This record gives sequence, structure tokens and C-alpha cells, in this order.
Amino acid sequence: MTADLLQALLFQGGYNAALVSLGAALLGLAAGAVGAFTTLRRRALTSDAMAHATLPGIGLAFLAMAAFGGDGRNLAGLLIGAGLTAALGLYWLQRLTDTTRLPEDAATGAILSTFYGAGIVILTVIQNLSLGRPAGLEGFLLGSTAGMLKSDAILIAAGGAVILALLLILRRALAMTAFDPGHARLMGINTRAADMALLLLTLACVLLGLRVVGLILIVALLITPALTARLWSDRIGVVALLAGGIGAFAGHLGASLSLVLPDLPTGPAIVLITFTAFLLSVLFAPGRGLIARALTRARQAALVRA
Amino acid sequence: MVDPTPIPVAETALAVTGLTVSYAALPVVEGINARFPKGTMTAIIGPNGAGKSTLLKAALGLVPAVAGEVRAFGQPVAKAMPRIAYVPQRAAVDWEFPARVIDVVQMGLYRKTGLLGRMTPALKAQAVDCLARLGMADFAQRQIGALSGGQQQRVFLARALAQEADLMILDEPFAGVDAATESAIITVLHALRAEGKTVIAVHHDLATVSAYFDRVLLLNRRVIAEGPTTTTFRRATVAEAYGNTLLTSIPA
Repeated sequence: MTADLLQALLFQGGYNAALVSLGAALLGLAAGAVGAFTTLRRRALTSDAMAHATLPGIGLAFLAMAAFGGDGRNLAGLLIGAGLTAALGLYWLQRLTDTTRLPEDAATGAILSTFYGAGIVILTVIQNLSLGRPAGLEGFLLGSTAGMLKSDAILIAAGGAVILALLLILRRALAMTAFDPGHARLMGINTRAADMALLLLTLACVLLGLRVVGLILIVALLITPALTARLWSDRIGVVALLAGGIGAFAGHLGASLSLVLPDLPTGPAIVLITFTAFLLSVLFAPGRGLIARALTRARQAALVRA
Repeated sequence: MVDPTPIPVAETALAVTGLTVSYAALPVVEGINARFPKGTMTAIIGPNGAGKSTLLKAALGLVPAVAGEVRAFGQPVAKAMPRIAYVPQRAAVDWEFPARVIDVVQMGLYRKTGLLGRMTPALKAQAVDCLARLGMADFAQRQIGALSGGQQQRVFLARALAQEADLMILDEPFAGVDAATESAIITVLHALRAEGKTVIAVHHDLATVSAYFDRVLLLNRRVIAEGPTTTTFRRATVAEAYGNTLLTSIPA
């Protein structure tokens, strides 16, 4: 098994396995780096609501494409539908918090569950239609890399590259908006536009991740690498780079592991690896880790006694 | 033909005319008229709830005004914003944010770097210099949450210094800071005034008004009095602003 894993890690586990592994790594890179900013701007829960709000769009896009006689499972078409309902969910979330006294977390929960419920209803309807062959849309819930095509991997690679390029351009404005929006505005930054750009970048990561980790778990790939990286650095640029690196590593390792252990689903494997990285960092990170803090306390106590 | 004689108007850094701000339906400040001449240092004083912070925020466009006009250096404030720096009352930021002291000060250089411009060695040196003016150069690499309240206040003033603004607006710069920080801040503010810059600060400690500021604006929802400290900061006017007469330390 070790030899198989090594092969998979070196992209030698076959053409399809290499595609999945590369796609997962690129997704992890983009989601980790964008997630650093999403988390610091306190939009983690918003990104989860956005991910759940993709489900009705996936179902509706499938129905629309099937109704027009096309292949309902065309990935690009499904992602367009997913993006549209996610954007609608965001818009309603904004309206809810702006026009009612609902606190933001409650409004987020309401949007998340409502859209997800609607999506499940639509998926059930699709299942009960006699369309000849199964739609296989459940794969978007927890990801399903088994049937990943070369075009899917290319889509993820191209999307990831665009996301990272935009993040590089916007990093200074995003960092200043996340740190002190009032000051950023006085310095001439359009913070509304910066926030919108950040949400769109986050949405793009969610859409790219639908195939690999699925809409339920994608939030973990946005948040956990960022939290992990935060334990290792006090500089936002380094945190974003590290988070991207952790995400890429987890994506690659998770995909390779699930290739070697066929019972292990890819998405959950990736998420558990990021969480393992987080746990290890909580323990061992210098300065902020539990062990480092315990050592500092012990040293201070010894000083007081001496 | 005779040359048109320039009209001798005192040069004004900030001019507030008829400014009214309401939260919900309640007016917080009403019909504020105030002139802050260039090169002066003005204390805005008044009791809690007098609308001091609100006046500053509305002047900067951070909260919407119901009525009134604010001009800085003869221009609408939004246009003059590059010449204005603002130091909020105990900045309400996430102190766990991954930013070092020097990163925060460099944010004050954004108008020079823009979205993509490089943080050149000269700009970096300027940021370090701003920290040094407040005695904080040794803390440049610290994470901002690892500072005391007074040190944090100095970092935010250093960020404002980096903007090289002509008008510096501060909301209670001395609130909750120790004597060393207070002296470091007032030294910098007096140096700014000596350079011809204009300083406006909300101030709470009536005992130091005369020593620190050359002008005062007494506020209690409306302007009670405005003018040079020596003539305006008098027991009767301050009592009118604060609504009591227990102000024996102030000259009559």
C-alpha cells in the first residue's frame, strides 16, 4: 500500500488518478489562499451558506438542460446554475440583514437551510422522473471524483489560476478592508467593491470545489487551512500563502489516499487531512501552540519561584 | 486696469456649516458652525453624549449628515480626503489579525503605493520613521495584539503620520493611555502644528486643555463657544457646556 500511495503521490497512479490529484491540489491552493481573506473578513459562515445555496441551481440547471434535449450533466452548465442560485442566496442574505432586525448569523442559517432544503426537494423530483439513466447529482453533495474528466481538471486548473491572479492583484485592498474597513474607506478604497470581489472569489472556489469535495464540505477547505496557517505566522501574506500550501497538500494527499483506499471518499479525506494539520499546529506551532504556551508558562513560573 | 485685490480670508483647514446629524429620529448634533484655521490645534470638549465623536465622523463622511456642508481646504471633504488623516477612538479592529506593527503603519502609505505599487525601500524607511517619532521603532515586528493599549494608540497615530496629511483629526487620543504615551503623542502633535499642519482632537481632560491646545470648541449638541483657548476656555462657558458649575480649576 505504501508503494501504491507513493506512486499516487508522484502522479504515477494512472492518468485519471493523476487528473483527480492535480485538480484537488489546485482547488486546495485556491481555496486555502482565498479562504485566508474570507476568514479574516469574518465571512466563513457566509461562504457556507453560499455553498449550500448552490444545490437548487444544480438541480434546476440539470432540468433546464434536459428539457432542451441536452446532456443534463454538463459540468459547465451545472456550475452556471449553481452560481446563479448562490448569488441569489447572497443577495437575499444581504436584504435580510439590511431590512430586518435579524442578526447576521441567524439570517445566514435561515438562508443556508432554506436553499439546501429547496435543493433536496428538486433533487428528489429529478430522481423520480423517468429520464432513462440516473442523474448522479448527489455526487455534488460530498464530491465524487470517480468520473472526473480531463475537461473538469482543466476547468479547475484554469479557474484556480484566474482566482489566484485576482487575489494577487487585490490582496492589499482586501487586507486593508478586512483589518480596518473605516480606515480603508478613508484611504480611498471602495470597501463595498472589495467585499463583493472577495465574495465572488469565494464563490468561485465553492463552484470549483463542488466536483471534488462537494458543497457540504467545501467550507472546511476555505476555513481550516486559514486557521492552521494563522498559527504559524503574523503576516497576512504569509498566512495566505501557507493556507494555500496546506490546502494544496491536503488536496493532493487526500486524492492519492482515496485512490489507494477505494473505500475512502476523496472529499472527506481531504477535509480530515486539513483538520489533522490544524490539530498538529494547535499542538506544535511555535509561540501560539499549546505546547509552546505551556513551556512559556512553566518557564515564567520557575522564574517567579527562583 | 487695476489688479483685483485678493480678499483677505483667514485660511481655513476645515469649515463646518449648518451640520446636523440624527441617529434614528433624534438629532445628535444640530446646526454646527465651526471654522478650524490652518496651523492651529483645536480641542473639541463637552460632556458625554454631546456629539463630539459624531461631529468628527459626520465631518469625514463616516456617518451621514441630515443637513449641512463640510469643506476642507476649500474643497468638499470627499475630494480633500487625501490631505486628511483620522485616528479613531481606540481603533475597533480585530487585535488577533495577522498584522505586525510595521504592516499597520504601511497601510497609511496606501495612497502612495496604490493597489499594486511596490513598497519601496524609501517608503519602508518612511514607515519606520513614523514609528520612531512615537518611540515605537523597537516594536515594528511585534504582532499588534501583543501591545498595550497606549502602544496600540501610538501605532494608529504612526499610521496617520505616514499619510503626511495636512489635517489630523483625532478622537480622544489620550483616553486610557499612560503618561509616557500622552507625552509622546502631544510632542508629535505640537511638532505637526509647528510644521503648519492643522490638528483637531476630541479631548476629555479639562486640566490639560490650556497647555495642549491653542483653540477650543465647546460642544453640547450645539456649539456653545468657539475661539482661542485664552479667551474662550472660561469657567462660565465650560459650565454652560457641561451644565454645572463645579469647575473651580478653570480661570473665571
